[in-house]
Amino acid sequence: MRTIRIGAGAGFAGDRIAPAVELAQRGRLDYLVFECLAERTIALAQQERLKDPHKGYDPQLERRMSAVLPACRAAGTRVVTNMGAANPLAAAGVVRDVARRMGLAGLKVAAVTGDDILDSIAENDLPLLEGGTLSDLGSRVISANAYIGAGPIAEALAAGADVVVTGRAADPALFLGPLIHAFGWRSDDWQRLGKGVLVGHLLECAGQITGGYFADPGVKDIPDLARLGFPIGEVSENGDLIVTKLEGTGGAVTTATVKEQLLYEIEDPARYLQPDVVADFSQVRVRSTGTDRVAVEGGRGGAKTGLIKVCVGHLDGFVGEGQISYAGAGALERGRLALAIVRERLAMTSVPMVEARFDLIGVDALHGADLSRGGAPYEVRVRVVARTGTVADATAIGNEVEALYTNGPAGGGGCWKSVRQVVAIASTLVPESIVSTQLTVFEA
Amino acid sequence: MKLRQIAHSRTGDKGDVSTISVIAFDEADYPFIAEHVTANRVAALFAGIVTGPVTRYELPGLGALNFVMRGALGGGVTRSLALDAHGKALSSALLDLDLPAPAGGTV
Repeated sequence: MRTIRIGAGAGFAGDRIAPAVELAQRGRLDYLVFECLAERTIALAQQERLKDPHKGYDPQLERRMSAVLPACRAAGTRVVTNMGAANPLAAAGVVRDVARRMGLAGLKVAAVTGDDILDSIAENDLPLLEGGTLSDLGSRVISANAYIGAGPIAEALAAGADVVVTGRAADPALFLGPLIHAFGWRSDDWQRLGKGVLVGHLLECAGQITGGYFADPGVKDIPDLARLGFPIGEVSENGDLIVTKLEGTGGAVTTATVKEQLLYEIEDPARYLQPDVVADFSQVRVRSTGTDRVAVEGGRGGAKTGLIKVCVGHLDGFVGEGQISYAGAGALERGRLALAIVRERLAMTSVPMVEARFDLIGVDALHGADLSRGGAPYEVRVRVVARTGTVADATAIGNEVEALYTNGPAGGGGCWKSVRQVVAIASTLVPESIVSTQLTVFEA
Repeated sequence: MKLRQIAHSRTGDKGDVSTISVIAFDEADYPFIAEHVTANRVAALFAGIVTGPVTRYELPGLGALNFVMRGALGGGVTRSLALDAHGKALSSALLDLDLPAPAGGTV
């Protein structure tokens, strides 16, 4: 049975670059996929594009492509990425320019557009999955991007693209697209599409399946995380998968690392909703077939829902924050006094806050008082954070923490403050018929 | 005995939903884990954090449970004021769960 090799070159926008270069150079890959687009990233990118129509794509695009394209060309490896973010056309142009500069004449770069449905979505007052409707967000809406499926990616590959650049696409679709293209899977072959989504889901976070985000010293040890190798999926025509990584790289592929990633961000394992299929992971089995080799079988699928999820980016006020540290004997008591002072000051000065938190980092900041154990830590860090309607009110939060230097308890140090505008994401569902994608091919 | 001695865990996030897996190191321990790590027990553990229902999905073929907690992330990752807005550290809190020492079991 025919098998293809597909690698994951990035699991998030800030991921390491060297592991992707190793995959490109000695992975003997058919495809190398870079998943770099978190929920909120595209809304931020949209703001960038509004300021400058040539921007709005992933800022690491040029660096990543320069690092891998020559080796990919030499090995015949095709690249798929969502680094186009809010501007896949501009991004594809950048990749073409990189290819020209590096002497890769003839390299074909395809941009997939059509995920941006901000203009068409405004016509209907759609219900939001978080509650309320789109009109509640009013003029604060800044972006609306549909999760496109694998179809347009497979079409781009069929059109001869060496590099496919998308904006918002379902993360597993970045992997499913190449599988559909390579094996000619039908768009209603739910079993195979379900298996392909499983492949994509397992690989899309890159190092998270090869031992990254897994180590717990003494309980779950992983070698050489500083040189973590990224995953390779060996996928057969029927959708069965072996997860592995390059010899000589750090990390490990074990049944345990694969199981953790299998359930990562999954709600009902029997119904993983995707644009192309409802995938079913409930009967999946994993088994080790050698060092750093794990076989994954039993993925299934059912008919797609016909609905596409849409991420709606909207402005949601401002957040002001201040932090300051206390150490040594009595640190906990001084930290608590500091919090009480700031709480009283914010009340006295009537700073309007929608919501606020008063945390002691090192004591109760992560999980609250109930789950935090007793005992006095050597050092604590005061953290006051609040949501406000204006920049000025947000600024007041950090200022009150900073004022603890000369007005608060003894020995406060290392104050830090920030103000940020909040871009939040809400979700809605639209019929797939209102999302139409386009393909634009550039040649180096 | 702590859950951490026989299981591992990873937290994921989608909007205001936190998902936490509990995976037996040895699949033979799965029935014991499934008996003791119930949705009610997890809901009680996170009562101070999670405002919505907790649902448990069972994956005996993997020796794993998957917990889905709604209203767990301060209104959603993108707007939460929490230090750990994604709730990534919740898995470590869950692994700290106390379990009875099994009577003559393999654990």
